[in-house]
Amino acid sequence: MRRVSLFVTCIVDQLFPQIGLAMATVLERLGYEIDFPEDQTCCGQPAFNTGFRDEARSVARHFLRVFRDAEYIVVPSGSCTSMIAHHYVELFADEPDRLAEASRLESRVWEFSKFLTEVAQVEDVGARFERVVVYHDSCHGLRELGIKEGPRRLLSHVRDLTLREMDSAQECCGFGGTFSVKFPEVSGGMARTKVESIVRAGAEAVVGIDASCLMQIRGALLRAKVPIRTLHLAEVLAHR
Amino acid sequence: MSGVPEERFHRTLADKGLQEAIRSSTVRLSDHRRTALETLPEYEELRTQANAVKRHTIENLDSYLKQFESNALAHGAQVVWARDAAEAADFVLELAKRKNARLIVKSKSMTTEEIGLNERLAHHGLEPVETDLGEYIIQLAGERPYHIVAPALHKTRYDVAALFTERLGIPREIEIEKQTRIARSVLREKFLAADIGVSGANFLIADSGAVVLVENEGNARLTTTAPRIHVAIAGIEKLLPRAQDLAVFLKLLGRSATGQPLTVYTSFLTGPRREAEIDGPDELYVVLLDNGRTRLLADAEKRQSLYCIRCGACLNHCPVYRKLGGHNYPGAYSGPIGAIITPQFMGVMHHPWLPFASSLCGACGEVCPVKIDIPKLLLDLRADVHTAEARQGQGRLERLGFRAWAWVMRHPRMYEMAGLMASALLAGDRWRSRLPDLVNQGPLRAWLSQRDLPPVAKSFHRLWRERRKEAAK
Amino acid sequence: MTAREQILDSVRAALGSGPDRHRAAPAVRISVPERTPDARIEMFFSAISNLAGKPYQATSPTDACRHVAGILDGQPAVASNAPFLRECGITGLASVQTGFTDRGALRQACATAAAGITCAHYALADTGTLVMLASPEEARLISLLPPSHIAVVPQARIITGLDELFSLVPQPGELTSSMVLITGPSRTADIEQILVRGVHGPGEIHIVVV
Repeated sequence: MRRVSLFVTCIVDQLFPQIGLAMATVLERLGYEIDFPEDQTCCGQPAFNTGFRDEARSVARHFLRVFRDAEYIVVPSGSCTSMIAHHYVELFADEPDRLAEASRLESRVWEFSKFLTEVAQVEDVGARFERVVVYHDSCHGLRELGIKEGPRRLLSHVRDLTLREMDSAQECCGFGGTFSVKFPEVSGGMARTKVESIVRAGAEAVVGIDASCLMQIRGALLRAKVPIRTLHLAEVLAHR
Repeated sequence: MSGVPEERFHRTLADKGLQEAIRSSTVRLSDHRRTALETLPEYEELRTQANAVKRHTIENLDSYLKQFESNALAHGAQVVWARDAAEAADFVLELAKRKNARLIVKSKSMTTEEIGLNERLAHHGLEPVETDLGEYIIQLAGERPYHIVAPALHKTRYDVAALFTERLGIPREIEIEKQTRIARSVLREKFLAADIGVSGANFLIADSGAVVLVENEGNARLTTTAPRIHVAIAGIEKLLPRAQDLAVFLKLLGRSATGQPLTVYTSFLTGPRREAEIDGPDELYVVLLDNGRTRLLADAEKRQSLYCIRCGACLNHCPVYRKLGGHNYPGAYSGPIGAIITPQFMGVMHHPWLPFASSLCGACGEVCPVKIDIPKLLLDLRADVHTAEARQGQGRLERLGFRAWAWVMRHPRMYEMAGLMASALLAGDRWRSRLPDLVNQGPLRAWLSQRDLPPVAKSFHRLWRERRKEAAK
Repeated sequence: MTAREQILDSVRAALGSGPDRHRAAPAVRISVPERTPDARIEMFFSAISNLAGKPYQATSPTDACRHVAGILDGQPAVASNAPFLRECGITGLASVQTGFTDRGALRQACATAAAGITCAHYALADTGTLVMLASPEEARLISLLPPSHIAVVPQARIITGLDELFSLVPQPGELTSSMVLITGPSRTADIEQILVRGVHGPGEIHIVVV
């Protein structure tokens, strides 16, 4: 039986565990055995993006240790995947052993939708979700991992789901990690622009591959009193 | 964050008219670019070539500067070297005095903004007149350019009408075409009467000693043709090795900036007019400006910032620029390119917040025609800020916070316990009121005001363990 | 130390001795497409029309002259000293002044002329561009100051595009102090992004291909 290891990410673990469960459900239905290394915590991105490289490195070392033996690491986040697959090599540029480990990660760590389309090679996971939906292109997934068509193809195979395109799908939602803490008004303004685009598209739900984006958008939707749901792709794909 | 001009940010964000102007202009320019690239299948190849040519040029800048100088001199131009803004501005001042010049026409040049040329000339009783329509408008308004390519992006026709009436003493005119005619006739007189024409340079060509200018209006041509003296002021990084490299760069510049395969006018100027030529300037001075560029050059990773061809595409696609607009960025250059070169020109601690004013969405790097890795440089600059802070004994609290965070993240059981505590505190609807005052203030409070945390029960860790126990039964 | 010495020193010090120092430049990238003369003319006309320029295919030099006379409709114009304009008889038209060698007189004439008439050294088919080299035959101001620019160009001068131009003219500086590429009428969108033509340069451009 094929085995995959889950890296659920700290935000899913602590705030949106249902996304992790949904992801596991979908993978199990496809015949995968799930391994969940319990010592996992965070990929280190918050520190890295804020410019605290040493701190990010120490957390990354922990990640390397926890996932050393994993053949496939599946992650419900484009930004965390990109951190691990692309930025770890920067962090370990001066540590040859860890650099070698980090380099090997690039081919082993998979954002969830990419794992489905490229490793499992499925587009129809037997889901059903009767809603009008727009897909928000999370920035790191889009620009660093080239994730654009995959989630849309997966969504197009969900029964009774209507997929629309919003005009600002590829525009940043404004989260940006500590950016949203340091520049809350700009961040909120960017989220509002996203909400206006979602509303213009006539969607009932907005779907994404990054919980942080969804949290940001959800906050703006609530503030604008717009009754549109935010859902992770995994949650939609697990729905029957 | 310290030094963030919050009040001004707030005013910009609250100004609905301004927000609409910034958004519609940047979206339009972005759309034009996308359309223009549809007819350029070799775009990615050109980007790669442009990056390689710029990289090579910058890595061998001393040779190319000397080659440029030699060829410029051979064609009758004079070459002036300016270490900083003052030296460059002073040269123009001295030249004007020597030639008894008073009226100076200028074509659009961000470099001359950078050195504060107009202020300096005006201070000494000279009359510098901006001739690009957008620059003319903001000169009348006493403002800085709002955007690298569209300086008056933030002005409506009503703003322009008020400006013209107030500064030119004419009756109120709100029709844009008529406003343009007014500017045209005012400036025409200036062109034909001016003693000196000052331009920037989009490119300097080493193998020819040439100055290349691109524009749509014709004011750069007039500035560099009508007056007897032409002064071109250019940063040393504007060099390209060969005239033939323009076959690549002109294609990228027009399309990336405004979606035009070529701008209306491209001027390739080599020295003053030749003896048998009928018109053109009698004297041409090229001012090669350092003003911090050699400092930037010294960082092997960050020197790619100097590849910039000033197309403005990064501004147009930046979701943060689209909210803040050009005047909220310190220095002459705004948007993502400004966020990486201004800290390097001025030193990171001048505006330490600047590299952080980005959500790292990556749109800028994606559209840069010369493939500057802007997101990476923003991250590098963030690390530089913290290094500088540590040296100055600042930012201790944040660093400590992240150290503590990292410690927790390396200790899984502590991490789980921290999560448990947080969820206990935040469970339920009225969680905000439960937050100790210590936590619910400062940046965290602002962050919380913009979003909601979900009511959390158990972590995935716990749920997974329970799920496994259930399955085992 | 002079400013020059200091700057060059700073540059050298900043660059050190990295691996890219003194390596050869990447090869020039020039790619000239194959296009028949007819295809080039068609592309050229299409490109000009898209720019709101007014192209015209003259059947002969006489036809070209007649067409120009029609455009001028008796209004004053300044023609450059390009021999081709004389061959077409354009310099002989009643309202056309030509033969300027003094720039003061030229400027006066251009400032009041309704149109400036020039030839062009090359024309670029893919972008609808005129390539003007300043010379004793072609002054700079004629295609710049008057509100209308009329260019009369032998069709053999229409080349494929920028790449071919830089193949044929790798060193413009050897030929002239000013090579200008003119692509359509002068324009701006500086106020509210609304397009207005004829800001400083000519707002009207006629290209007569012979």
